[in-house]
Amino acid sequence: MSKSRRPLLGHLAILAIGIAAPLVFPAWQSQMAELWLFIVFALTWDLVGGQMGYNSFGNVVFLGVGMYACVVTQVGLFYQVSAYNDARGGGATIFTFDPRQYFEGLAIGLPVGAVLAALTAAFLGSLVLGMRGHYFAICTLGLGVAAGELANGWEWIGAGSGMVPPNPPGAIGDLSRFYYYLAFALAIVTFLGLRWLYTTRFRFAINAIRDNEDKAEAMGLRTTQIKTTAWVIAAFFLGIAGGILGNLKRFIDPIDTAFAGATFGVWMVLMAVLGGKGTLWGPVIGAILFQVFKEASWTYLLGWQRVALGLLIVLIVVFFPQGIMGFLRERFPAWFGHRVEGVKDMDAVEETKAR
Amino acid sequence: MLDNIEILVQAPVITLDLVLNGLLLGAIFALAAYGMALVWGVMNIINIAQGEFVILGGYVAVVMAAYGIHPLIAVPVAALLLYAIGWALYRTVIFRIVDRDLFTSILATFGISIVLQQLMNTIFGGNVRIADAGLGTVFLMNGMVSLAQVKLLAFALAAVLGSTLVVFLKRSRLGQAIRATAQHPRAARVLGIDTDRVYAATYGLNAAICGACGALVAMAYTVHPYIGLPYTIRSFMIVVVAGLGNLAGVIAAGLGLGAAENVAGFVFGTQYQLAFVFLLLVVVLVWRNRRLARKRGYLK
Repeated sequence: MSKSRRPLLGHLAILAIGIAAPLVFPAWQSQMAELWLFIVFALTWDLVGGQMGYNSFGNVVFLGVGMYACVVTQVGLFYQVSAYNDARGGGATIFTFDPRQYFEGLAIGLPVGAVLAALTAAFLGSLVLGMRGHYFAICTLGLGVAAGELANGWEWIGAGSGMVPPNPPGAIGDLSRFYYYLAFALAIVTFLGLRWLYTTRFRFAINAIRDNEDKAEAMGLRTTQIKTTAWVIAAFFLGIAGGILGNLKRFIDPIDTAFAGATFGVWMVLMAVLGGKGTLWGPVIGAILFQVFKEASWTYLLGWQRVALGLLIVLIVVFFPQGIMGFLRERFPAWFGHRVEGVKDMDAVEETKAR
Repeated sequence: MLDNIEILVQAPVITLDLVLNGLLLGAIFALAAYGMALVWGVMNIINIAQGEFVILGGYVAVVMAAYGIHPLIAVPVAALLLYAIGWALYRTVIFRIVDRDLFTSILATFGISIVLQQLMNTIFGGNVRIADAGLGTVFLMNGMVSLAQVKLLAFALAAVLGSTLVVFLKRSRLGQAIRATAQHPRAARVLGIDTDRVYAATYGLNAAICGACGALVAMAYTVHPYIGLPYTIRSFMIVVVAGLGNLAGVIAAGLGLGAAENVAGFVFGTQYQLAFVFLLLVVVLVWRNRRLARKRGYLK
C-alpha cells in the first residue's frame, strides 16, 4: 500500500489523457479502447493470480460468458436469437435496432453479462478452487479450452461461425468512440474498486492465502470462500469487459474472440507478470507496455507474432519474473515506504526480494 | 445423443469396435504420459510443451513420408531429433527453471509450446497431415469390427518402446542415475552424480519418447499444428489418475482414456470430442480434490 501524497495530480492527468486521447489521436482509438480493456484483464487476473497466488489460465471463460451473455441479451430482448443467428450471411429478414432498442439492449446486456460471469465464477470456483497450485493452473487451462469447444458446437449462439453483435442504428452513426469511453470508464472503475479492495482486510486474507494457505486456514480464514469471492469479483469486471469487447470487435468468434485462451488468456497473464505480480500499478504498466509493444511490432512480425509472443513469455518468466514493479521495489525500496536502515526493515526488503 | 447410446446398446459390436480402436490409441497416450511423469517426477516440472513434442515428432514422419521414406524409419529418427531438441531446450531455458516454483515452469513451458506451435504452423502449414504407411485393415467379426493394421502396429511399437524404457530406467547406469536424482537430488549430487547432466538427459529422453509417439500418431492418425495441447492435457490427466511412479496405473489410465474418448466421440458427436477431453480433465481434478479433502477433514 503506497500512501504517497501526490497522487491527485497524477490521477487527474491520467483522466485528462484518457478523455482527450481519442480526440487527439482518432486513428488510434480502437487500439486505445483495447488498451483500457487490457488493463481490466491484467488487473482482474492479478487479483487472483498475483495477490492470491492462484494462477489461472482460464479467466477467458468469464470474458467469453460475459461477451455472449451481453450480445445474446441485446438480440434476445427484441428478436429470436436462433433466427437472428441463422440469418447471418444474407437471410430473408434484416434485423434492425432503433436507438432506444439498441441502448436498452446494451444497458441490460452488460449487467446481465457481468452477473452471469460472476455466477459462473461462483459455480466453477466452488468446484476447482479447492485445488492447489499447479492443479488449479492446469484445470483452468482445461476449462478455458473446454468452454471454447462447447461454444464452438452450440448452434443457438452461432456455433463455429460466430455471432455478430447488433448493428448500431444508422441514425447515431459510428459508436466506436462511445465504446472507447465505456472501456475507459470500466478501467477506472475496476482500478478504483480494486484499490479500495486492497485497503480492506480482504487483501490481507488473500495475501495470507498466497503466502501460506495451510496457516491461513489454521488462523480461521474460510479459504475456499475467500478464494471464490476473489474469483467472482474478477469475473464480474471481466464479464463487463467481455460485453464491451464483443461490441467493439463487431464479431464474436467462439475460439478467437470470446474464449480466446491463446490470445487474451495468455496476454492477461503476461501483462500482469511483466508489470509485476501482486501490485496495484504493475498490471496497468504491464498492459500499457504490452499493448504498445504489440501494436508497434505486430505489423513487422507478420506471421511471426505468436512466435514472438511465446518467446516474450519465456524471456519474461525466466529472466524477469519479478516484473517492473518488483524490479523497482528491489532497486528503490524507499519509493515503496521501505526504510533500508534498521534490521527490522531489512527483513521487509529481503522479503520483497524473495518474492 | 440418446439415439447414439441406443445404437451402442443394440449393437454391442459397434461398442467393441470403438473400444478396441480406443485402446489402440490409448497406448500412445500412455507412452506420452510416461514421459511426462518422468520429467515431473525427476525435475518437478510439468511440461506443457509435451503435446508440441508429439506433434513435432509427427511432422518428422510426415516430411520423411513426403520424401518417400517409409514412416516406420521415422520413429527412431523422430526420437533422435526430438532428443536433440529437448536437450537443446534444457541447455537454453529449462535448466534455469528447474528449482523455481511450479508457476514459472508451467508458464515457461507454455511459452515454449506456443513458440513450437507457431513455428510448425509457419513451416508445415495449417493443414491436417498424415504419413501414409501403406498398410491395410484387419476385419474381425464378419467385418463388423475393423482395425487398421497401422494402428495395431503403432500399439505394438508403443508397447515395445514402453518396455524398453522401463528396462532402461531399471538397468542402465543413466537410468539408475535418473531414478536416484528423482529420489533425492542433493544426495545424488553428494554421491557424484552430475544432476545437471541427468536433468538434460531426462528432458531429452522425454522429448524423444514424445517424438516416437508423434511418428506413430502421424502414421495411424493425423497431425495438425494446433492439436498439441490435447496431448499435454491427456498426459497430465493420466499421470494425475495413475500417480507418479505407477507404471501399471499409467498403462491402465492411458488405455481407459483412449477407449472412453472414442466412445464419447461417438455418443456426443466428434465435434465435442475435444470438449470431452478437457471437461474430463476438470472432472478428474475435482474428483481427486474431493478425495483429498476427505482425507484432511480435520482441517475443516
